[in-house]
Amino acid sequence: MSIMKIENLEAKIGDKNILKGLNLELEAGKVHAIMGPNGAGKSTLSKTIVGHYDVEITGGDITYKGKSIKDMEPEERALEGIFLSFQHPVEIPGVNNAYFLRTALNAKLKYEGKEELNAAEFLRAMKKHLEMLGMKSDMISRSLNEGFSGGEKKRNEILQMLILEPEVIILDEIDSGLDIDALRQVSEGINKMKDGKRTFLVITHYSRILDYIEPDYIHVLKDGKVIKTAGPELVPYLEEHGYDGIKED
Amino acid sequence: MANEGLDTAISGEYELGFEIDIETDIIEPGLDIDTLKFISKKKEEPEWMLDLRIKALKKWETMTEPHWGKLDYTPIDYQSISYFAAPKEQIDSLDEVDPKILEAYEKLGISLDEQKQLAGVKVAVDAVVDSVSVKTTYSEELEKHGVIFCSISEAIRDYPELVKKYMFSVVPMADNYFAALNSAVFTDGTFVYIPKGVRCPMELSTYFRINAMNTGQFERTLIIADEGSHVSYNEGCSAPTRDDHQLHAAVVELVILKDAEIKYSTIQNWYPGDETGKGGIYNFVTKRAICEGENAKVSWTQVETGSAITWKYPSCILKGDNSVGEFYSVAVTTLAQQADTGTKMIHIGKNTKSTIISKGISAMKGQNTYRGLVKINSSAVGARNYSECDSLLIGSECGAHTFPYLESKDTQGQVEHEATTSKISDEQLFYLRQRGITEEDAVSMIVHGFCKQVFSQLPMEYAVEAKALLELTLEGSVG
Ligand SMILES: Nc1ncnc2c1ncn2[C@@H]1O[C@H](COP(=O)(O)OP(=O)(O)OP(=O)(O)O)[C@@H](O)[C@H]1O
Ligand SMILES: [Mg+2]
Repeated sequence: MSIMKIENLEAKIGDKNILKGLNLELEAGKVHAIMGPNGAGKSTLSKTIVGHYDVEITGGDITYKGKSIKDMEPEERALEGIFLSFQHPVEIPGVNNAYFLRTALNAKLKYEGKEELNAAEFLRAMKKHLEMLGMKSDMISRSLNEGFSGGEKKRNEILQMLILEPEVIILDEIDSGLDIDALRQVSEGINKMKDGKRTFLVITHYSRILDYIEPDYIHVLKDGKVIKTAGPELVPYLEEHGYDGIKED
Repeated sequence: MANEGLDTAISGEYELGFEIDIETDIIEPGLDIDTLKFISKKKEEPEWMLDLRIKALKKWETMTEPHWGKLDYTPIDYQSISYFAAPKEQIDSLDEVDPKILEAYEKLGISLDEQKQLAGVKVAVDAVVDSVSVKTTYSEELEKHGVIFCSISEAIRDYPELVKKYMFSVVPMADNYFAALNSAVFTDGTFVYIPKGVRCPMELSTYFRINAMNTGQFERTLIIADEGSHVSYNEGCSAPTRDDHQLHAAVVELVILKDAEIKYSTIQNWYPGDETGKGGIYNFVTKRAICEGENAKVSWTQVETGSAITWKYPSCILKGDNSVGEFYSVAVTTLAQQADTGTKMIHIGKNTKSTIISKGISAMKGQNTYRGLVKINSSAVGARNYSECDSLLIGSECGAHTFPYLESKDTQGQVEHEATTSKISDEQLFYLRQRGITEEDAVSMIVHGFCKQVFSQLPMEYAVEAKALLELTLEGSVG
């Protein structure tokens, strides 16, 4: 069953056409990996899905659970269960990380008509995630992403994913800049979310993270289009031959 | 489509713009000696007070309006203002306040009924409407502790010795143009005296309401903390939405003796005018504290969200050895508001210490200027100052300016200054929205984070109020 369908998507940033008739179908509960050369449009695709203001859709459509989300506000898409772990998470000085996380979680609980958590309940719920991700507890009392190292920012993205429990999870180069332990911990976090219902779109340049999280599908994105979809067996081939030799499906 | 949310209006409605429907006694506009005689007579003042008023008027007439502030406004015609307005049917008994006024104060969230106040936190209130104090609550209970809490008009009649001794002692009559004007025409305000060694048993507060049209409000507040005493005082204010500008020129004097402490908090929410600059209060205020004795401590905390123009520099004269002055400020300018605000810390005594934390927020076409002076006299051996001035810009049409001045005659003084300017970026807002937080909540989240250091200085109930007020001020037609 498909949960998200991207059809003939065309999108530009400024005057530059970046997505040029992209087709992609995400199957519910599966792990989809996207690989492709620098500048191919991978981050643009993820931004387009979450409604980033930089991107203008000029053609095609994105449907989520059967409904077009093209005109939805970013916060609504988020509340409907679409999560993006940013390639470069922005720093927000002065906003306490724990306070932010709780606000985001409570916004979601409220949207779903559930009871909001108080500060104590929330901290308790968060503690176990911190441990698993190897995050020091001072990281949640600090300002959101401010002065975080590259790896700490990525762990903090995963922490948000674990707390918000989204349905479609887009991870844009979550593995870039992670040390060996962090890569394992982050992968563990991702695997914890794999429950056969949640759907992943994992953008990466490296096979290492894919060894941990075992994708169901590999899509090759090149020059604004998905040119090939295959099983995980494609990864070693790409590692060896690069993207040049890939023929369009 | 680069985030319209930010570029368009980020400004909420002014919620307190209603008018209290009462009859008002108001004198004809104009200012001369007869005006002063009229005010003095209305207030049943002794002769000496009238003489001082006349002296102040004469001085004022020789002075010129200052224009060094980074403020742009149409000149004020002082003869077109009415200098006295009072709700009619003012009955002498304090218990008989016009129900409409009580109701209006309820609407502002302030109960003037002692019975109705929630148990637990007691706050004594002096309620000032236009030129008169309409009611002061808990005066009797405070009296048991020797605390005097009354209107300045009453103090002039009942405690002339204290008034003569301290009024004009911190802000001299002709200190500046607006102070001189106030000295001549001041109408009401609050008087507080905390006796030796007394910790004031409740929060004191004054709520100023401008109601009548074409009037100015010229209140005068005098607080004296005798040796070893402690008081926390809060002031709030608001005014109806009107198309013309109204002048508010207040003077506040604080005297802190040996080992005493005053915490003075302000939540300023005068009507700010509209986005084109029409209407709004011109707020020209002189606030000054003197730490007379050793170990005296004063802190000014202000949250400035209202007024079309704010010109205000709460200052501390640190005369006693080891005395401490603090200034915590959040100033918000949105719409077409302009604020030129800051503080002066004058170090005279040995080992005096001052802290300045200033947070300026500008949105829409708001212009926010911090102007601060740290002056260290040669006598102030071991003086220390820490200043931090941060500006936050929302959108691209607003501005922030910082003018820190330092005069140090003592090389032993230790002065530290930090300043930052940041902008709420589209990328930050987007990040928060991607986590399901609405754009408005995202803005207020960043703003609260920015103001945290200042809000934490406010008494709890006021911190909550300040937070809500800020939210309302910056809330807007997003998207
Ligand atoms: N804000 C922008 N302004 C101008 N060009 C942009 C902008 N954002 C992206 N681009 C351009 O769009 C193209 C696609 O960028 P995108 O970030 O989607 O690539 P990517 O596949 O994620 O690359 P990488 O693997 O390096 O992360 C690039 O040529 C990039 O320079
Ligand atoms: Mg990218």
